[in-house]
Amino acid sequence: MVRREVVGAHYGLRDWLAQRVTAVVMLVYTLLFVIALIGLPRFDFSHWQAMWSAPWMRYATLLFMASLLYHAWVGMRNIFMDYVKPTALRLVLHVLVILALLAYGAWAVQILWGL
Amino acid sequence: MPKSRPKHLNLLQIRFPIMAIVSGLHRISGAVLFLFLPVLLWLWQQSVVSQETFERFSAVVASPFAKLVLLGLLWGYLHHLCAGIRHLALDLEVGVDLPAARASSMAVMAVSIGLTFLIGVLLW
Repeated sequence: MVRREVVGAHYGLRDWLAQRVTAVVMLVYTLLFVIALIGLPRFDFSHWQAMWSAPWMRYATLLFMASLLYHAWVGMRNIFMDYVKPTALRLVLHVLVILALLAYGAWAVQILWGL
Repeated sequence: MPKSRPKHLNLLQIRFPIMAIVSGLHRISGAVLFLFLPVLLWLWQQSVVSQETFERFSAVVASPFAKLVLLGLLWGYLHHLCAGIRHLALDLEVGVDLPAARASSMAVMAVSIGLTFLIGVLLW
């Protein structure tokens, strides 16, 4: 007997959970960022750059970026799955989003550790 | 059933419930934020690399057009964040009945637009 239940590809629950975990990471980071911003004595280049080059800020921002990229991937993929019917076009869009997000991640690392 | 079904869908008469508007804006704001990521990364880079690039950054964000775009993105971010918190609450089965869901949708709109307006006034 061949079992014919439709069970899907099994990444649904994992991505549903990842979307929420990354959202909470970004929420916490946003609050920390606002606190750091309010704590700036003046908004000028030296204070602004010092804020970003503090080690905790670098690693917190890296964690934020990693969460953002995964979150954006799940979100954009959901949008494409809802509205883009032709499989080939959808595949191309998925690949473009992944490549763009990887490039943004590398860019962010370059900015953070180039200070 | 409380009311008879509409006999036609007149686009000038049908109204989205506030929950649908919040949900739609959540998706649209997410997509727009994704599309503007390279712009934001570029602005961030300009602002932190050196004194000269910081001044270029300051000049760019000083133009009224750039301010409007950035405030629009800030609204998108705040809406996405507030609506996201609402989603997390709904996942925990908090506020799932109709009056509470409607009230929390109103709150998402009020808080995100209110904060955007406040920050806009402070920064302009």
